Amino acid sequence: MWLLNDPRWEGFMTKQSEQDDTVVSMERYAGKSGAAPKVDEYIVEIVSDSGEGAQKCGQTFGAISGKMGNGVWTVEIIPAEIQPPARSPAGASGIRIRVGSRRVTNMGNEAELVVAFNEQVLFSRIANGAYREGTIVLLEDKWKEDPDEKIRAQYASAVKEFQEHGLVVHELPMEQACLKIVANARRGKNMFVLGMICYLFSRDRELANKEIARTFASKGEKVIRPNIDLFDSGYAFAAERLEYHWEIPVDETADARPTIISNGNQAVGLGVMASGMELVSMYPITPATSASHYIADVFDGVGGFVHQAEDEIAAIGFAIGASYAGKTACTITSGPGMALKTEMIGLAVMAEIPLVIIDVQRGGPSTGLPTKVEQADLLSALYGEPGDAPKVVIAASTIEECFHFVILARRLAEAFRTPVILLTDANLATGVQPYPRPQLQEEWLSAPVDQSPWDDQVPAYDWDQETGLSQRPIPGQRNGEYVLTGLAHTTHSKVAYDSDTNQESMELRSRKLAALQKTLKPPRVHGDGMGDLLIVGWGSSLGGIEEAVDRVRAEGRRVSSLHLRFLSPLEPGLKEIFSHFKQVMTVEINYSDNLDHPLITRENRRYAQLAMVLRAQTLVDIDCWSVVYGHPLQPGMLQRVIEQRLQALNN
Amino acid sequence: MFGLKADWSADVFERYFTLGDYAGGEARWCPGCGDFAVLNTVHRVLRDEQMPPEKTVVVSGIGCSSRLPHYVGTYGLHGLHGRALPLANGVKARRPDLDVWVGTGDGDCFSIGAGPWIHSIRYNMDMVVLIFDNGIYGLTKKQTSPTTPAGERTNTHPTGAPLPALNPLTVTLGISNVSFVAQVPDWNPPLLYQAIKLAHQHRGTSFVRIIQRCPVFSDSFCKPFQEDPERLLLLTHEHGLPMDESVLRLFPEQRAHDPCNWLGAMEVARDQSRLPVGLLYHDPDAPVYEDLSAQGLNKTNEEKLAVIEKALDNFAI
Ligand SMILES: Cc1ncc(C[n+]2csc(CCOP(=O)(O)OP(=O)(O)O)c2C)c(N)n1
Ligand SMILES: [Mg+2]
Repeated sequence: MWLLNDPRWEGFMTKQSEQDDTVVSMERYAGKSGAAPKVDEYIVEIVSDSGEGAQKCGQTFGAISGKMGNGVWTVEIIPAEIQPPARSPAGASGIRIRVGSRRVTNMGNEAELVVAFNEQVLFSRIANGAYREGTIVLLEDKWKEDPDEKIRAQYASAVKEFQEHGLVVHELPMEQACLKIVANARRGKNMFVLGMICYLFSRDRELANKEIARTFASKGEKVIRPNIDLFDSGYAFAAERLEYHWEIPVDETADARPTIISNGNQAVGLGVMASGMELVSMYPITPATSASHYIADVFDGVGGFVHQAEDEIAAIGFAIGASYAGKTACTITSGPGMALKTEMIGLAVMAEIPLVIIDVQRGGPSTGLPTKVEQADLLSALYGEPGDAPKVVIAASTIEECFHFVILARRLAEAFRTPVILLTDANLATGVQPYPRPQLQEEWLSAPVDQSPWDDQVPAYDWDQETGLSQRPIPGQRNGEYVLTGLAHTTHSKVAYDSDTNQESMELRSRKLAALQKTLKPPRVHGDGMGDLLIVGWGSSLGGIEEAVDRVRAEGRRVSSLHLRFLSPLEPGLKEIFSHFKQVMTVEINYSDNLDHPLITRENRRYAQLAMVLRAQTLVDIDCWSVVYGHPLQPGMLQRVIEQRLQALNN
Repeated sequence: MFGLKADWSADVFERYFTLGDYAGGEARWCPGCGDFAVLNTVHRVLRDEQMPPEKTVVVSGIGCSSRLPHYVGTYGLHGLHGRALPLANGVKARRPDLDVWVGTGDGDCFSIGAGPWIHSIRYNMDMVVLIFDNGIYGLTKKQTSPTTPAGERTNTHPTGAPLPALNPLTVTLGISNVSFVAQVPDWNPPLLYQAIKLAHQHRGTSFVRIIQRCPVFSDSFCKPFQEDPERLLLLTHEHGLPMDESVLRLFPEQRAHDPCNWLGAMEVARDQSRLPVGLLYHDPDAPVYEDLSAQGLNKTNEEKLAVIEKALDNFAI
């Protein structure tokens, strides 16, 4: 139980006065019924016990908004357990939806409105800094009259506590209203709430009805009907009870290309199919599994197969076997699974087997934070194998990139005869965002397996001395017979017993990365090419970082940012770009020591992962700022960090 | 080789494979090692079955025995310790046209590879799995393996292996969807040949445990059986391994055993006093996993693109 003077309230709850006035002003709350005031964007949360359908409600709201042409970003709030105790702060399950007139690239700062199915779940969101003074709370009020005296007392004291901290609480009999339509409100309140927020944000009702019908399509009319009734009744309920009403107009100048809306794991799944992958070999692990769920649903159509292996080692082994036999394969996993796969990744590097490995990162080490975001597998992806195991490592920074990078990864794997690790994370996996509909291309699909005779003059590893590149024989090709081995081997794939061969083949495998790097362009700087501070990021933090940088730049400060997609090889020209800034600092969602602590010095400080790589590679004294709260980086928080660094720099 | 077809036209085989077509690098096992016998038999079965070398893939883990692929002139995949089976399953998954063989040791299969062993028997993909069981870790020089007899002195247990040995036959027979279990000693060439040939002809995962001599590290593993044939029990049956008088003569102990009879197989497998030799179990109808995993191989690009467009439609705004 959080106490009134619990330090958690402090700092996490930002005072209205500290808010940037471009983001919020009290007028936003004065939207009395009548003409709906227009707002640029709005952040809504729906929070409940798990199993009450808050996520489905929010996803549908996001889809409706996306289809209306709004920018959308959703973030799921997932408890670590499947059935945590009811009415407990740790059990908070729900979703945040940020809707804007224009493209939205991240989860934003504090929510401005939250619908809560009980009061307890709000406490953990408060502790996460999800709200601020003035945030509107639409709270289920049935607990007020609960037969259990303890619950009644908890409810009363929480409401008081919320109000004293400036939350604008509306106690509403949502349950009661739902019971007029369904016998079990637990199974319907989410659509009722959807109706409420669709009213509040002037959503297109017809579109909403279609979306509900789509959501329950597999269950038939007898389920669709009551859900539409619930929606209508929630809509009317809000119109009658609430004084708020907004419009989030669509910026008509925005990109008019055909658009799709999906989460990152679905984007990965679509990418797997569009890249011509034939086999996904996996072992269930959060937050990666839903990608395989999606693929399993649709893979038949393209003739693909999802293999659920007995463990992650077998999963990647199966994929390597298939790839060795000429079939395009990938394995999808998260941190603990990556750890198990390292020996096999080493084999794929050593024997030069094309393979795509998708790591949907979560918090580590060990079981860590299974449902939460972290970008902490970078170093293990780069260096996780014993011995030197050069491979390609790329990271998607948007949901759209989740799609395209699978295709990129597959093509790189084939062209460079190497495993390619694609890093995404929990934030991308469950976040939902609209993006331009990919224009499918036939050449993205894999070519049929070459079964023509192999030129017997060409050895199995006919390394080009310049680039290290070579073609591989595929079983079935006459005269190509060779034995793939993880042992040091010669150009003919014979076990190497002399030391020169090992030195030479290691050079050539490494050379492939240099050859790839020569084909890359230097990354684009967001903002000016010179200034005081350059923020460097990678992965899903792109939207948050750029939004924060834009805000600080709007204050006239000299800050820019740069986002890396290639981590191995690194994109070219970094040292040159860095040289135009007084200070370079990475911003990452992984652990680093904070220099403020008396024991931490520049000599013993453990840096964030990209910072470590960049320091080693460029010899620039790169600073870092990184945290592991398990949630995506809020632009507001980053803005303050950047301002502080700039101030320190200029003093 | 010529064959006459019904219309009396002579059919000339375009290719005829000799033992030389299956020769790989020169085998580097110790003198007296049982692995040579297995290698020669594999060569002969491949020749007799006329398997095109380019369509044959020999997969292995790590160990002395796992050097097998290097000594066969087909495609080969010398993988990781304990992981031969997942690799082999993957090869077969989308390429049912390939003929897959697996060579693995007692440590490789029953210890580090125990997980894949169990699950691969369930997958029952069409392949021959040869377990070179010498009751010891050979390559790493005489450590206790799961099949090292209790009391046997090894470098990790100098006073004797402390645990009762694992029985790979009962374990394998106990796994759902098991379809072929045979056991043979490496020093009986005709039986070894018949076991491997029958295994190759079976569609499914053929588990062949070969009791293999290692004169350097585990001489005592095979010696008792070589010196006292009464410690072996020959399984005879019309559906078992084909064998002639010369073989039958060598085995004073024999039992008629129908390989369809799973309970009977369990019974002989459990008998600690006599090591069963022959075909313990055979179910030619157990489902094979590639019938699932290799579906949809013939989809055209047009079909695929249409399906992916439809998938995108589902996310369209
Ligand atoms: C992950 C891993 N652990 C350990 C080893 C070392 N190792 C190589 S072979 C082997 C045991 C081999 O014994 P077995 O499978 O019985 O084969 P044999 O040499 O007897 O034919 C071990 C422990 C390894 N290569 N990889
Ligand atoms: Mg052994």
